[in-house]
Amino acid sequence: MRRFLGILVLALLTFSAAPGTLVSESMAGESRVPLPSPAKAFKGEQCVEPAAVMRREHMVYLQHQRDETVRDGIRGKKYSLKECVACHATASPKIADGSVRTLQPFCAECHAYAAVTIDCFACHTDKPDNSKSSAVLDDDALMAMIENHLKSPGNTELKQ
Amino acid sequence: MTKAFDVSKRRLLAGSAALAGIAVAPGITLIATSEARGAGPATSKNRWGLLIDSTKCTAGCDECVVACRTEQGWQGHDRPTTDAQWIRKVSLKDNSTGATHSLPVMCQHCENPPCVDVCPTGASMQRADGIVLVDKHICIGCRYCMMACPYKARSFVHEDVTDQKTHMPRGKGTVESCTLCVHRIDADGIPACVEACTEKAENAMMFGDLNDPGSDIAKELSKQVTTRLRADLGLEPGVHYRGIG
Repeated sequence: MRRFLGILVLALLTFSAAPGTLVSESMAGESRVPLPSPAKAFKGEQCVEPAAVMRREHMVYLQHQRDETVRDGIRGKKYSLKECVACHATASPKIADGSVRTLQPFCAECHAYAAVTIDCFACHTDKPDNSKSSAVLDDDALMAMIENHLKSPGNTELKQ
Repeated sequence: MTKAFDVSKRRLLAGSAALAGIAVAPGITLIATSEARGAGPATSKNRWGLLIDSTKCTAGCDECVVACRTEQGWQGHDRPTTDAQWIRKVSLKDNSTGATHSLPVMCQHCENPPCVDVCPTGASMQRADGIVLVDKHICIGCRYCMMACPYKARSFVHEDVTDQKTHMPRGKGTVESCTLCVHRIDADGIPACVEACTEKAENAMMFGDLNDPGSDIAKELSKQVTTRLRADLGLEPGVHYRGIG
């Protein structure tokens, strides 16, 4: 019985080792799925934590803090999705001909690579407040802007 | 007393409290700064509420509705049966006399909110300061809260939403309603509807802390009897109406 077991283990080792070496050899030669290259931040050089920590922990920070914000009204703390968007939303020629800043070039790169499907942006906007080059204004806001512009002391020539 | 005055007064108070914090020796503060309101958690010291004077509110005016829509971004698709409606103008008529009046109705931010009672996930919630919200992170879109609300205050998002406001995430499959502009309140501001009514309309709306006897709203409430919609239900709404009793 013991001898039979020994042969079985040996046979298993042989079979499992052989394909393994084959795979690793073929991988070395060909390129795999290209590594993600998330876009550089729109502004700032340093994130709220070192990049390596952010890569691993960003979802924990966001999930923890979202409850504090919604349920307790604690705002303006260190981690905030709004701040993620403010820095990391970048324009890309692939999205609306580069006319808007979105998080796509940053978040989606790695999430697609890691096969992670997040739904933050089903509800949250991935565009910063001033993402559009020509902001869409309603009539009242436009009138108010013009009025303010005319009222300000530096714009006297426009009154005539 | 106008809301504009109320705002400036609160800003002034915040400013003077901050100054008091600096004036004393470093590390020693005699007065707790009111910055805590913006940064710290909501507490039950406050009970935010509204006073709506229906005698001032005019029938054709919808500045509050427009302001809310613009502020929170709930523009619809011109499909009245499914579009979101956070605040609506309601007209009432006394059939015996023919007298009519108009008033805005939104989430009444009840002290005993039935929407919170029925929520199976805990998404429908009440903050410590009395503001009733939907935590959309855990809302499953069952709409029990919509059925429980006697004010028809809540809406279900039926369609994909894009270009939301940064302060107001909105998404298909969740329920939403008036937040009393919680993002403004947390920054010591006032709701957009109140601001619009004060600046563009008849100054029929007032916002403030019902728990603070010194607040403008508390003083106004103590002057004259007000009505709360369906007070018989015992929900203790935070929105008071004048002129509909």
